[in-house]
Amino acid sequence: MGAYFNEIFRGLQSLCIGLGITFKEFFQPVVTVPYPYKTIKMSERYRGHTELVEDESGNPKCVACGMCQRACPSQSISLASKSVEYEVEVKGEMKTKKKKVLTKYELNFTTCSLCGQCVESCNFGAVTFSKDYNLASFRKEDFHFDLLNRLKERNS
Amino acid sequence: MSLTVLNAIIAVVIAIGFAALNAAYLVWAERRGAGRIQRRPGPNVNGPLGLLQPPADGIKLMTKQLVIPGGADKALFMVAPVLAMAPAIMSFVTIPFSDMIVAHSMNIGVLMIFAFASLGGMAILLAGWGSRNKYGVMASVRAVSQNISYEVPMLITVITIVMMTGSLDLKDIATSQAGGIWNWNIVPSLSAPLMPVAFLIFFTCSLAETNRAPFDLGEAESELVAGFHTEYGSMGFGLFFMGEYANIVIGASLITILFLGGWGCPLGLFPGVWWFLLKIYVLIFSFIWIRWTFPRTTIYGLLNLSWKILIPISLFNLLLTAGLLKVF
Amino acid sequence: MSAPIQIQPGETFTLNVGPQHPATHGVLRVKMEMDGEYIVKAETVLGYIHRMHELMGENRTYPQVLPNLSRLDYLGAMGYTHGHVLAVERAAGIEVPERAEYVRAIMVELNRIASHLFWFGAFVMDLGGFTPLMYAIEDREYILDMLEAVTGSRLTYCYFRFGGLYNDIDDDFVNAARAFIPRMRKSLKKYAALVTGNIIFEKRLKDIGPISAEMCRKYGASGPVARGSGIDFDVRKNEPYSVYPEFDFDIPVYHECDSLARYMVRMDEMEQSLRIVEQGLDKLPDGPIMPKKKPKLIKPAAGDYYQAVETARGSFGIRIVSDGTKNAYRFKLRSPTYSNMHMFDEACRGMMIMDALAMMGSLDLVIPEIDR
Repeated sequence: MGAYFNEIFRGLQSLCIGLGITFKEFFQPVVTVPYPYKTIKMSERYRGHTELVEDESGNPKCVACGMCQRACPSQSISLASKSVEYEVEVKGEMKTKKKKVLTKYELNFTTCSLCGQCVESCNFGAVTFSKDYNLASFRKEDFHFDLLNRLKERNS
Repeated sequence: MSLTVLNAIIAVVIAIGFAALNAAYLVWAERRGAGRIQRRPGPNVNGPLGLLQPPADGIKLMTKQLVIPGGADKALFMVAPVLAMAPAIMSFVTIPFSDMIVAHSMNIGVLMIFAFASLGGMAILLAGWGSRNKYGVMASVRAVSQNISYEVPMLITVITIVMMTGSLDLKDIATSQAGGIWNWNIVPSLSAPLMPVAFLIFFTCSLAETNRAPFDLGEAESELVAGFHTEYGSMGFGLFFMGEYANIVIGASLITILFLGGWGCPLGLFPGVWWFLLKIYVLIFSFIWIRWTFPRTTIYGLLNLSWKILIPISLFNLLLTAGLLKVF
Repeated sequence: MSAPIQIQPGETFTLNVGPQHPATHGVLRVKMEMDGEYIVKAETVLGYIHRMHELMGENRTYPQVLPNLSRLDYLGAMGYTHGHVLAVERAAGIEVPERAEYVRAIMVELNRIASHLFWFGAFVMDLGGFTPLMYAIEDREYILDMLEAVTGSRLTYCYFRFGGLYNDIDDDFVNAARAFIPRMRKSLKKYAALVTGNIIFEKRLKDIGPISAEMCRKYGASGPVARGSGIDFDVRKNEPYSVYPEFDFDIPVYHECDSLARYMVRMDEMEQSLRIVEQGLDKLPDGPIMPKKKPKLIKPAAGDYYQAVETARGSFGIRIVSDGTKNAYRFKLRSPTYSNMHMFDEACRGMMIMDALAMMGSLDLVIPEIDR
């Protein structure tokens, strides 16, 4: 009999403690952010999709070596390049040299897992993370990012 | 004759309007309240403070297609939501909001409300059975056993009150408590020392009768998906929802009339409908507050609570009060 | 307590729980043979989120597999990556600087707390209480914010590298972690009062879903599930790895074998993880986070390598069979919840569905990790 009433009282007490906690929380300020109206600044190191880095003259730093392409676990990166000849002054003499120029850098964001292997593998610091996260579309073609184009758009 | 008919129609329209408005805005209140308890704002986009959310929800529900599952019993499936909503509205007719405001005063008001309340269980049974869904059937069986076992302690408690007042009329019960908080039924008196306990029992039973958390076994979403209304969409679901909230208002009104002095002021000043509304909304807030604090009970835990704790105690209270009423 | 019942043949019906069901937290499907509300038999059906991580591990070079390990268990991703890097480091003989080891331990423990917090919330939601989930998520956000500031990502961190770390922690992180510890201790008290002490909660878990130590051994269960059945086994203590021997912490063990015991183990584990984080921050040495010399291309010598780590869900093992090339010959993952889940059928027989689903919640299943 004692145990019976004891349990009822203990139960009632525990319920009142719970009610007390939620009542206190009722008057606490709201902690959420009303998302589309207000956004939080992404942290410094946030890993979004990749972007090309430009040099001083506004051209991509990329030398089209293809390291990122090989490092990518999901084969999301495809790039193309062409050789151009250019003249450079070596020891007072003009010489013709060849170098590779990036013509296409496509990131297939649908398969990208945002691991950052491409950024790490790049020896020239030519690829970096963007801070974009509001990415939504009904068409998957919208996520085949042409990074070279994006770079040009950024500059213009 | 025609005046009586007109009166009745006006009363029913007002009752429906009150029930519908309450149901719509209690959903809003519930979501806002739950939001605040959980440290988030709740619906706040449609209109100021999200006040246009209920009309928006209503339009959405009404414009959606009414889907009847292929294997369902069509008639039962269609009738169940109406049966959930109708008794709730009917019960409003006999509830006195103050000594003047009552749609139809009856000398057996208490009996009528309980008769209609037991129809609610029927609606849930039909909904679960008619939709031919295994989750629905399991939920409706649960809900019915729950409703039956909680009507017993509830009625025993009501009998105690009726014995003290000597009337089955809700208006008489409320007027007998007029004058101040010391006259209310919840306050223990010489002839009825266990009334606070009776209040707790009745409060628990109204939670269980309205299928509110922590007793919402009929729609236990984590095990039975959505329980008896798994297959319902559009306004069928909307009617269940409105019925649930109308039942909550009736539960709160009954508690107010039976225990908290109806429209009387705690100090005996300015009795009126405002006190009644204040009391029922405080009670409804506590319903919401409880829902968002506790986990759900089990079905056997729920039945154990009813048969092993609530019924013995309420019976003891009944006998004690009967004896003491004879003595004093 | 549900009593065992006699069932006549042909009186049962089949209830298909999942793959889309609120209680299975993912795409697990359970085919339940039911007698009214009682479960006669429960068959778990897998394969709805199978992504062939093991095969990918064999087709990709070692660094390329790194992001995959975070996708196994998205709630406690650090622990799984930790197992992978430790296994490959053991295979390729890479030395890890001390600072990196400490940072790894801190990260794994913070992630363990985040994982347990989310489990706590989801578990109480399984029982019908929605509010504790929101409080748990609020605390978890602090951890995720801290981890994001360091790793750049909130769930699938991919932070550990062979030989060290992706990038170093800064003072901001150390301060935030130090501020988090007292905050979390306060929250744990709140949870104890709001949930653990609650009579409804206690009634729903006490003596429900018994799993004996013998059954745990039979199915190979590990982690909090085994520790709730009185088996004192934790890889961090029994087969110490990384810098765990340096820390002073306890392994909570409960002998009740019921759902409440499993719950209590996890709640106590959060406190122990806080202790490890605290000690790790105190002892954190200065120094590099990557070894000075590290092979350019990781090609472990031919051989068979195994590494077990204690993740939030139990003992996670990774076996790498190398044939000396840059790809693994065999890449086998032993995920803890796979074993834990298979006890469900035997344990839930004769239980009511709501108790069975409460027990399933106490097993802490993360389906992508079972299915891999």
